[in-house]
Amino acid sequence: MKSGKKKNYNFIVGGTITGLMLIFIIIGFFYTPYDPNAMDPSAKFAGISLKHLMGCDNFGRDILSRVMKGAGTTLSVAAGTVFIGTFFGIILGAVTGYFGGILDEILMRVNDAIFAFPSILLALVFISLLGSGTYQVVIALGIAFIPSFARIVRSEFIKCKNMDYVKNARLQGAGHLRIMFVHILPNTFTVLLSAIMIGFNNAVLAEAGMSFLGIGVQPPQASLGRMLSEAQTYLFRAPNYAIFPGLVIILMVLGFSLLGDALKREE
Amino acid sequence: MEKNLILQVKDLNIEFHDHLIPETVVYDFDLDLRVGEIVGLVGESGSGKSMSALAIAGLLSRKDMKKRGQILFDGVDILTCERNVLRKIQGNDIGIIFQEPMTSLNPLKKIGWQVEEALRIHTELSKEERYYRVIEMLRDVELEDAERIYHQYPHELSGGMRQRVMIAAAMICNPKILIADEPTTALDVTIQAQIVELLKRLNREKQTSILFISHDLSLVRQLCRRVMVMQGGYVVETGDTEEIFNHPREAYTQKLIAAIPKVVRKS
Repeated sequence: MKSGKKKNYNFIVGGTITGLMLIFIIIGFFYTPYDPNAMDPSAKFAGISLKHLMGCDNFGRDILSRVMKGAGTTLSVAAGTVFIGTFFGIILGAVTGYFGGILDEILMRVNDAIFAFPSILLALVFISLLGSGTYQVVIALGIAFIPSFARIVRSEFIKCKNMDYVKNARLQGAGHLRIMFVHILPNTFTVLLSAIMIGFNNAVLAEAGMSFLGIGVQPPQASLGRMLSEAQTYLFRAPNYAIFPGLVIILMVLGFSLLGDALKREE
Repeated sequence: MEKNLILQVKDLNIEFHDHLIPETVVYDFDLDLRVGEIVGLVGESGSGKSMSALAIAGLLSRKDMKKRGQILFDGVDILTCERNVLRKIQGNDIGIIFQEPMTSLNPLKKIGWQVEEALRIHTELSKEERYYRVIEMLRDVELEDAERIYHQYPHELSGGMRQRVMIAAAMICNPKILIADEPTTALDVTIQAQIVELLKRLNREKQTSILFISHDLSLVRQLCRRVMVMQGGYVVETGDTEEIFNHPREAYTQKLIAAIPKVVRKS
């Protein structure tokens, strides 16, 4: 994993941004300057001030507090999505890549069919079946994310399964499951890790997009996409309402994609 | 069946069935291996040596490769026996060393873990007992500093050391047969000689039969009393090593012998 003399700036910058964002979000879980849902009619559309660092929205709610909570919601949804996608993606990819044959053909064609749908559209289908809400969004997006992970894991498994050390493990008497998950799986982690970073990105964007459309997180719970959609009505009156949640989304995505890029390059 | 015959292969044919037109790669392969004997198997690349070896180790997929004939290991036919019987034989009684020490060890697992694998699967030994067995085995293949190597990763070792580790992993369950598939091809000449000496010693001390595959006739001459020559899937000549070296019957064998570089004094 050593990249030689050249410093990996992507890693440094990406790591710093992601680190700062994580600190910001973790603080948000325990402390926010105001109650994110408390309305203060006197502070309606209050501008940026020392009292309200990012100003207030149309109900007089403190935007900083809402951004802190909202970023947390977005991140949790993204984490859940990526977890589901990775977990089932690994199982699917491992089985198809390792065994091959007719099972591989069938599962991968289904996989391709799911992959051909834009993930938001697919999630919309699931939402209309499951109803809207935070958990439903996690499940819907998670399912939409499985195919990309399955493909990556499958190709790595195909690469590894003909290596001599796998043959050797088989000769030593290791069973299929043991070979798949103890011998081969760790060898896919480098590739998987950068895929997870990129998946995180897409999940953040997808969650924001879904909430923007009003089918994700339900009000009054704060979420970055939801805030953006509420802010568009007041874009000229209170630009800070749209700018700050947008900025946080940009920083989150930028941090993860720089990290993912850096990890890819380290391989 | 002769009493000290450990392995008997009769009329083995190997066909690939993973494409529409089956392709035969080994024809009518016969082999008798006695306890404590070293048999050489020589031939050019693609002559079917490794395929025969993999078949004997039971590592060819039963689905894609059609095998006719018999591989009797201690009276049990490897080609037709139950899977769990095969696995028991594979883990306990057959060891294999591959050509490329880079790919025959799992890059992400510690040496100790990999050498231990067969013990972990086939025996009920405790962690400490396994540790001592591994250390003992690593010392037995003439690796200095066995305790340190136990905790190292494959990339930290040289090619010769890795090949010794492979031998240790193959020999840990005291197998009755060791298949050495070009174990010295990737090593330089001095290390080659050391590995050959090591194999000779292990064969003498533990009475392990060795099937030594190589295209290097001079090595085979040092190590084996009996040799088989393969070409294009057929065994073209078989017999006493010295006999074959001194009076090769086949034109192909003559060519192979002529290909050995000789030291000639300039006059």
